[in-house]
Amino acid sequence: MSSFADLWVYLATEPLLWLTVTLAAYAVAHRISVASGNHPLVNPVLLSVLFLVGVLSLSETPFEVYFEGAQFIHFMLGPATVALAIPLVRNAASVRRKLPAIVAALAAGSATAVLSTVFIADVLGAPRSVTVSLASKSATMPIAMSVSEPLGGIVTLTAVLVIATGILGAIVVTPLMNALGIKDYAARGFAAGLASHGIGTARAFAVSPTAGLFAGIALGLNGLVTVFLVPPLVRFLLG
Amino acid sequence: MINGLAALLVGQLLGEILVRALGLPIPGPVLGLVLLAAYLSLVGFGRDDVEATANGILRHLALLFVPASTGIVQHLGILSDHAIAIGFALVTSTILTLIVTVLVFRLVERLFGDPEEEAPE
Repeated sequence: MSSFADLWVYLATEPLLWLTVTLAAYAVAHRISVASGNHPLVNPVLLSVLFLVGVLSLSETPFEVYFEGAQFIHFMLGPATVALAIPLVRNAASVRRKLPAIVAALAAGSATAVLSTVFIADVLGAPRSVTVSLASKSATMPIAMSVSEPLGGIVTLTAVLVIATGILGAIVVTPLMNALGIKDYAARGFAAGLASHGIGTARAFAVSPTAGLFAGIALGLNGLVTVFLVPPLVRFLLG
Repeated sequence: MINGLAALLVGQLLGEILVRALGLPIPGPVLGLVLLAAYLSLVGFGRDDVEATANGILRHLALLFVPASTGIVQHLGILSDHAIAIGFALVTSTILTLIVTVLVFRLVERLFGDPEEEAPE
């Protein structure tokens, strides 16, 4: 083979390059995260994303080209969601025992997530489209986007806010729970999954299997509640 | 691993089909989760390696959010118009939601007589 330019032309048109770079970036980020003793600030999603955004802008690679490769990883989100069934069934007894706590925390948490954002954004003078986009920020991405759009939210903004909420929640949950003196990993995980969906759930699985299990339950249930809670609440609060 | 992955994909596929056929407002994989959970509790795990596959995927759940998050970070400019309102609402609400959820969870657990806090595994 000849020059670097030829090589680049080949690499830039094949999914292989960006699939490999994404996996490698995560592998390094994961190793750094483990080496830091799972320090909350050393979030593997955040580290990988910062690195990839840097590489994409330096190499002037459009996101569409990057995603040609990265889509194979993105696709696994579907099967991974289904996979949450396994810890659920394995721990059915413990989940059933905590059912009252799950139902109460779900109701209180979902309501807080929606009401507090809508209230704060509205008071601070955000336009309706922005406030609506914020309303479903704690739900998993496909649900948040499908809820936000018909209410007059901005789909791209909703997606940005969902990811920001996920990373923020994953970073603050550990120090916050330690400060509150909560040692119950089911409760900690449930809060992480409810407030910050899949990214919070990923953090919970990194901390403890129990936390991961309850985060997954909260992620699913809050998604469901968001579908039914956000439209009437937004119409009631914002007219 | 092949059986496990196939089981997860079948769950997702059935979920997607049912969601579309019935016009349900939830993502296909979430219904797939419910279907697989129902199947596993009724029929059992058998000799399938679905558990090993699932745990392998869930151990690196964070990886799967990297592509979408990378795309979204490029839209951060959209935040700048109302950065203060958005930032304040996002941070306050996320922290408040975490606190309310965990405290209500603990309160009800204590009310229902489950005082032992589980040790981290």
